[in-house]
Amino acid sequence: MSTPEPDMSSQETMAPDLKISDEVTIQIKNMHKWYGSFHVLKNINLEVNRGERIVICGPSGSGKSTMIRCINRLEEHQQGQIIVDNVELTNDLKNIDAIRREVGMVFQHFNLFPHLTVMENCALAPIWVKQVPRKEAEATAMKYLTRVKIPEQANKFPGQLSGGQQQRVAIARSLCMNPRIMLFDEPTSALDPEMIKEVLDVMIELAKEGMTMLCVTHEMGFAKTVANRVIFMDDGEIIEENEPHEFFDNPQHERTKLFLSQILEH
Amino acid sequence: MNEQQTYAPGTHPDLPPPPSMVGFIGWIRENLLGSTTNIVITVLTLYFLYLIVPPMLSWLFLNAVFEGASRDECRAVMEETGRKGACWAFIGQRFELFVYGFYPEAERWRVNLSFFMMLAALYPVLYDTAPYRKQGLYYAMIAPFIIGWLLIGGLGLEPVPTEKFGGFMLTLVIGVTGIVGSLPLGIVLALGRQSHLPAVRIVCVAFIEFIRGVPLITLLFVASTMLNYFLPPGTTFDLLLRVLIMVILFSAAYIAEVVRGGLQAIPKGQIEAADAMGLKYWQSMRLIILPQALKISIPGIVNTFIGLYKDTTLVIIIGLLDPLGVGRASLADTKWQGLSTEVYVFVAIFFFVSCISMARYSLYLERKLHTGH
Repeated sequence: MSTPEPDMSSQETMAPDLKISDEVTIQIKNMHKWYGSFHVLKNINLEVNRGERIVICGPSGSGKSTMIRCINRLEEHQQGQIIVDNVELTNDLKNIDAIRREVGMVFQHFNLFPHLTVMENCALAPIWVKQVPRKEAEATAMKYLTRVKIPEQANKFPGQLSGGQQQRVAIARSLCMNPRIMLFDEPTSALDPEMIKEVLDVMIELAKEGMTMLCVTHEMGFAKTVANRVIFMDDGEIIEENEPHEFFDNPQHERTKLFLSQILEH
Repeated sequence: MNEQQTYAPGTHPDLPPPPSMVGFIGWIRENLLGSTTNIVITVLTLYFLYLIVPPMLSWLFLNAVFEGASRDECRAVMEETGRKGACWAFIGQRFELFVYGFYPEAERWRVNLSFFMMLAALYPVLYDTAPYRKQGLYYAMIAPFIIGWLLIGGLGLEPVPTEKFGGFMLTLVIGVTGIVGSLPLGIVLALGRQSHLPAVRIVCVAFIEFIRGVPLITLLFVASTMLNYFLPPGTTFDLLLRVLIMVILFSAAYIAEVVRGGLQAIPKGQIEAADAMGLKYWQSMRLIILPQALKISIPGIVNTFIGLYKDTTLVIIIGLLDPLGVGRASLADTKWQGLSTEVYVFVAIFFFVSCISMARYSLYLERKLHTGH
């Protein structure tokens, strides 16, 4: 990869330190999805325990984004089951709302609301979805903005911030809803190399605190140091999954080997 | 060339821009005399202004006659003094008719009061810096009903039939009601057109396409004559009210299409982010999508409103007395025959002032809502 490896020397040994509970939080069983007649996801089976940090990689078009977008129903699956915190995703809007309250999401292009200030971006969902009083929601927002190290930008508009700052706001915005699971959809792919580190640092902090994370990313350094499991997808299927050292040092499938050789080559 | 001062790498300070870029002289050199073409255009423009402006000022003001009881008196004054200009005495004589139509003279304070109540209601709606804005907005919600009561009467006020409405007052009643009524309806139609529910979508599309496909004149004729055939015999249904409904429906169809354009310009990621945070459909629309879509649509929306406002003159065809109707009626007076230029210039100035205000407000709003993205 052309991007500089974030400095993760201090986190080198972090993965073993973190506790992963036995409690299953996401369960995907025999899940299929089609776009029209195109079969995008084929028989996906995945169990995620609370506290796991899973990195999903694979070539573009392999269905990795689509898969995590199914978990909070930004995409609808046609067959199989997705169960999040014992609630099954069906067409029942009540279930969808319940799951979305528990699951935060960070997007490749940040998707901040450009007409609202950073503070308003963060406080909006708590106020309207959780009926938190405005003062309290703003205090929470400030807490998380401090945690992602941009409290001083609270009254600016997203358009006035750099990409890295915007992505950190997006993370703070998700955290304000107090999610139990965080989904990251290529959070650093739209960033300049200089800004990738500041976003990854925030994500590493989050992992240390025990957040359950599913992250679609091409940052292999991040995968090596933070993830406890790496999933490789191709052509709508989960081809291989393993703990990071095994995955990178000893890939089992030809397709995985090819992929790794291509992304690690230069 | 000046000698270029050199700095060590990394120490170059921020310098002020060259003098040709700043100040009045800089602006003129840049914008009026920037190139040969530019100089030619500047000179030609100045020449045309010289041709047009002095005669216009002379006709409008310097050589105009402001006093007199008939056209002959105007003409006498002009011959006496050798001036040749407008005869504004005519407009002065008919001014009240232009403003109030045939609204009874004793009740005209109600029109005046309504006008100021309208301004007071518009202020907090249009400017978010207005003092006591929250209370102002509550007031703005009830003001239309009070104004309606004031104008029509009843409940203790002398009733005034709407046939007596006329002049600029009628323009404002139709224009403002049309604008206030068509914006929300247009937004709902635009959202309905994008609905996932086929029934809602089909109804909205059919409505929009039908209304857009028919001239406003036709709708006004339908309002004035045809509706009687459809309604049960004996029902009286105020003509002005019918016109208002038709104008609202007509303009709403256009607003819907303008807003749809704005909605389509909002990236899909915005609704996805709102969904992912658990906002409900109407919350996402109200808090996330519409504020952005409407902001993009401001030029189109104001454009539609300006069109609507000027189209109110079409009611002359079904017998309502708008300013042009008043003008035509006044020109029929033998004392004042032949002064149509004055009438139409006067009405044009009224419309121009109204429309340019809307246009300037929309620019102000666009600047205010610009958040640097």
